Amino acid sequence: MTTAVSILPEQQLAVLNAAYRQAVARRRLRLLLGAVIFAAALVLAAIGAEVNLRTLFTYFGNFLSYFDRILTLDNGQRVWTDVGEWLWGWRKWLKMLGETLLISYVGTLIGATLAFCLNFFAAENTSPAPWLRFVVRRLLEFARTVPGIVFALVFVIAFGLGPMAGVLAIAIHSTGALGKLFSEIVENADMKPVEGIRSTGASWLSCMRFAVVPQVTAGYASYALLRFEINVREASVMGFVGAGGIGQELVVAIRKFYYSDVSAILLTIVVTVFIIDIATGWLRGHLFGKEART
Amino acid sequence: MTKPQEVDAAQMRARYPEVFERPASARLATPAMIVAAFAIFTYGLVDLDFSPSRFFAGLSQLGWISLMMIPPDPGSSLPIYLKALGETLSIALLGTTLGALFALPVSLLAARNIVPSSILRFPVRRFLDSIRGVDTLIWALVWINVVGLGPFAGVLAIAVSDFGAFGKLFSEAFEGADRKQVEGIRASGGSALHEIRFGLMPQVLPVIAGQVLYYIESNTRSATIIGIVGAGGIGLQLAEQIRVLEWQKVSFLILMILVAVAAIDFISGKLRFAIIGRRAVA
Repeated sequence: MTTAVSILPEQQLAVLNAAYRQAVARRRLRLLLGAVIFAAALVLAAIGAEVNLRTLFTYFGNFLSYFDRILTLDNGQRVWTDVGEWLWGWRKWLKMLGETLLISYVGTLIGATLAFCLNFFAAENTSPAPWLRFVVRRLLEFARTVPGIVFALVFVIAFGLGPMAGVLAIAIHSTGALGKLFSEIVENADMKPVEGIRSTGASWLSCMRFAVVPQVTAGYASYALLRFEINVREASVMGFVGAGGIGQELVVAIRKFYYSDVSAILLTIVVTVFIIDIATGWLRGHLFGKEART
Repeated sequence: MTKPQEVDAAQMRARYPEVFERPASARLATPAMIVAAFAIFTYGLVDLDFSPSRFFAGLSQLGWISLMMIPPDPGSSLPIYLKALGETLSIALLGTTLGALFALPVSLLAARNIVPSSILRFPVRRFLDSIRGVDTLIWALVWINVVGLGPFAGVLAIAVSDFGAFGKLFSEAFEGADRKQVEGIRASGGSALHEIRFGLMPQVLPVIAGQVLYYIESNTRSATIIGIVGAGGIGLQLAEQIRVLEWQKVSFLILMILVAVAAIDFISGKLRFAIIGRRAVA
């Protein structure tokens, strides 16, 4: 079978072509306008952020040589030629890493527990009263939007220097983040079991316990594990403001120009983050099947 | 109609033993996990110097601090704070744009359908992974060492850490693109660069634009905190006011941050929907 492409008469074609060109021109104009606005915003931002290209060009060599320096030992050798000398403080660093992991673990657990208690009040379909939902949602929003390290700064003053402030900061921030995710899971839950249980005359609490919780625990655990992974990163910088963990060692090494220590601590942090990522990814895939991996 | 049969529990148990008796390992797994989780938790509390007296003393301190925060009051430094907020937004915008610009060519190298050789792809991917493994705050500290204190260090810190994130996200966007358009270009005699420009880019650009906008939004948050280590913006003011215990100013600054973040969320949400339509953005 042959198909013929019908060619329209000249007049019709001209009209269609004109319409097409106009549409394309309009789109191009809009794109151009967007680009101009964006470029203007960039220029404004560059002035606001005191961007100085000359500084960058002068110092960019410093950036590269910084990495050269942190990979050099005091005796001028490359760090990997003498691993024992490079990782001289590994006992101390491993201990601090352990502390970092504990901070994120305890913080995540407290945060997940609080989020578990609060999320039923924040979900559209299970909240007992609209005003309660409004209050809990704003509370979670606040805990989520204020960065964890700001909480840490305040908590260091209230609770004193040390890991306790870091744990509480991570706990509060995780409550906010997990509370939102948890309540979204609850909103997607099937409401038929809830109706079934309510029809037996059960209280709100039993409805939640026997109808909602069995549906949502897998999702909760998956998100909590993901949060733990994020919190390990977060805990590694909590030490910058004195809230415990390996960050303390790192900030001292960077500020005092202990170059090879900087690379050694960075290496331990990056390796730990990798291991935690892989382990939690494996655990989530193992526990909840492949589809739960995000 | 049949009446439901009376069932003898013992008889059913004998007939379907596998329903009634799960193996001990399956039954004990959950309690064992809970006990282990709780044991680590308790160990953590002890190891991290938690004590009830410290906790409650801190809580009462926190109560005092919250009371002293009311009402939020900038004092006479409102212009400085507004300027700092502008600086923060600038840092987020510039840093994200720079990161995206540099990540685009590198992400091509990390995408499976563009660079089929895994020997070439592997180092690029690990490189991006290691950049992402280091927190923005750490990058900020490094850049402060290089270009000095100030917002410029913040821009570069955000650009570097976004470079790692974008490299991965963009390459995933390329891998998710449809092959058919590319094959069409090749069939009509296009070169490899033509394939990328006319086959891939039109599919991928809206996705990338959505991601960049999302990151500008989330970097507004990051930009507020990198000031804490001295990289400019409103975080610098916030850290200073917390250290000198000016709580009314602190609460005002926190409110400013919340309002700014909400405003950026709103704007970028609108823009994102305008660019990619009402689809969920990762």
